[in-house]
Amino acid sequence: MANKIVDIHDLKREFQMGIEIVKALKGVSFSVEEASGSGKTTLLNILGCLDKPTSGTYLLDNVDVKKLSKNELAQLRNRKIGFVFQAYNLLARTSAKENVELPLLYNSAISTSQRHQMAMKALEAVRLSDRLDHLPNQLSGGQQQRVAIARALVNTPVMILADEATGNLDTKTSYEIMALFQELNKQGKTIVFVTHEPDIAAFSSRTITLKDGKLIKDVKNENIRSAKEMLATLPVNTE
Amino acid sequence: MKVFNLIRIALKALQRNKLRAFLTMLGIIIGVGAVIAMVAIGQGSKKSIQDQLSTMGSNMLTIRPNSNQTPGGGARLESSNVQSLTLDDVNAMQSQAQYINAVSPAVQSRGQVINGALNWPTSIQGVSPDYLTIRNWPLKEGSPFGSEDVKGATKVCLVGQTVVDNVFDPADDPVGKIIRFNKIPFKVIGVLTEKGENAFGQDQDDIILAPYTTVQKRILAITYIQTIYASAINEESSAAATQELSQILRTTHKLNNSEQDDFTVRTQAELINTFSSTSQLLTVLLAAIASISLLVGGIGIMNIMYVSVTERTKEIGLRMSIGARSVDILLQFLIEAIVISITGGIIGVLLGVIASKLITATLSWPTLVSQSSILLSFIVCAVTGIFFGYYPAQKASRLDPIEALRYE
Repeated sequence: MANKIVDIHDLKREFQMGIEIVKALKGVSFSVEEASGSGKTTLLNILGCLDKPTSGTYLLDNVDVKKLSKNELAQLRNRKIGFVFQAYNLLARTSAKENVELPLLYNSAISTSQRHQMAMKALEAVRLSDRLDHLPNQLSGGQQQRVAIARALVNTPVMILADEATGNLDTKTSYEIMALFQELNKQGKTIVFVTHEPDIAAFSSRTITLKDGKLIKDVKNENIRSAKEMLATLPVNTE
Repeated sequence: MKVFNLIRIALKALQRNKLRAFLTMLGIIIGVGAVIAMVAIGQGSKKSIQDQLSTMGSNMLTIRPNSNQTPGGGARLESSNVQSLTLDDVNAMQSQAQYINAVSPAVQSRGQVINGALNWPTSIQGVSPDYLTIRNWPLKEGSPFGSEDVKGATKVCLVGQTVVDNVFDPADDPVGKIIRFNKIPFKVIGVLTEKGENAFGQDQDDIILAPYTTVQKRILAITYIQTIYASAINEESSAAATQELSQILRTTHKLNNSEQDDFTVRTQAELINTFSSTSQLLTVLLAAIASISLLVGGIGIMNIMYVSVTERTKEIGLRMSIGARSVDILLQFLIEAIVISITGGIIGVLLGVIASKLITATLSWPTLVSQSSILLSFIVCAVTGIFFGYYPAQKASRLDPIEALRYE
């Protein structure tokens, strides 16, 4: 398996709190679904190159993250990772298109016309081509999250990290978002989706369960639920 | 390319909160505007005072006798009644002094001037033809009197505009007419150009000039001289000329080393210095007040930028998570601060210039907008922006992206 996107081994992260050392990750070798306080945020921060492990190795697209400087990490986040947050984190009073363009502004290799094209393409992928000039407060929660996904997609990352991306959405919209993720996954995008809802975890091809900073379960999902089909089974809201 | 993108980012960030940007700018606008307008007023007054003084002939030296010293404590006389200056002094100056180019004795008297039915109280000044050179005072019409008139004590005179206005019919040409001063008839041979009021509000045109011999013999019946006017070859040699004239006078007055001068030599430069240092003080004072406004404006920038960093913590976290480096965040905030202060500076300069013009137009105060004050306040403004923008920008760039993202 020479072409692993994410390859982690015996990852540890310790925080120095005064004189006490808090061990948030105790030798995790790959992970995801969990209860609160299980170390998922820490793991996600490391996967997202926002934080570096105390020990262990993390290879992202065959690059050892531990050896990189702060600026190189920033560049890695810019080129290889797309973030999707629970609270969308869109810039207020900024159009959908400009929000999507944001990561490209920090990439000097991309010209203005390329930037417009790539943003259009990303918004097409999330089916929001007709909402280019809408401001976040003119969009529904689901639409805002789709803008955020477009923003994560725009720099053609090797991996999308979604932190409770459906946490603020109702079931129907959650399924819509998951359907979108499944579609992107089929197109070959690696998606690491963090959630504490088993319901949502059922949509993934592999579920990793963390508890107290330790990996307790790693299951290959043989029977992946299709979010699209689930959406069809939902009762039609007649009210 | 990268910097260009950062400028775009900063401008968009400002655009997203126009009101906040404008309010921050307002501090700088008022600061710069106040600096420009106040310095303009200060420099305008300074210039107008200097201009007035230089029409008096800024290289002019005035020699007056000191009031007599009475060891017994008796009544002291007015200096014009002290008889210590003589024509010999004038001649000695003319022949010996090197730093002066013209000397004129002067005697003065007040009286009533009469022309037909009109009369006017004025003063007559007896001088030599050089006086016009010393005072830098050309004739409007007619011709000046010459040395023959001095020698012959002829009854000719030059009249100032105020005298013309008061004793001549506007339709009449004063040149060639006979007027009477204290019953003595004088022939008007010229009219002096209008000089207006001097810095002390005296009307300089309310005067009649005549040969000093005429005034001495026919009006005052004296042989001494009240005042000597001289002009130094230029402003810079005023001090040397003062020294030189004092020396000559001490010799002609036969004063020994222990005796004090019985005369005073005054230079206009002294006056100019007094006035210019006064107005310099004014300029500094006004600039000090204005600098405080600029400082307040700068602190305003810092406040808003600082609050803005806290308010935008989540945005900063997001920018970092999508690939902004610390230096990108630092530059973004710095550019925002600089854009605010430079835009504010430009508007402030315009406002200051307009305010100066308005002050001149409405209050008719003299104002002078100097390029240096524009340049200075502009530079101060940019520096203020960088200085007060740096600290909050640095704070923003040092945020931990993980904590910034979780900030509520």
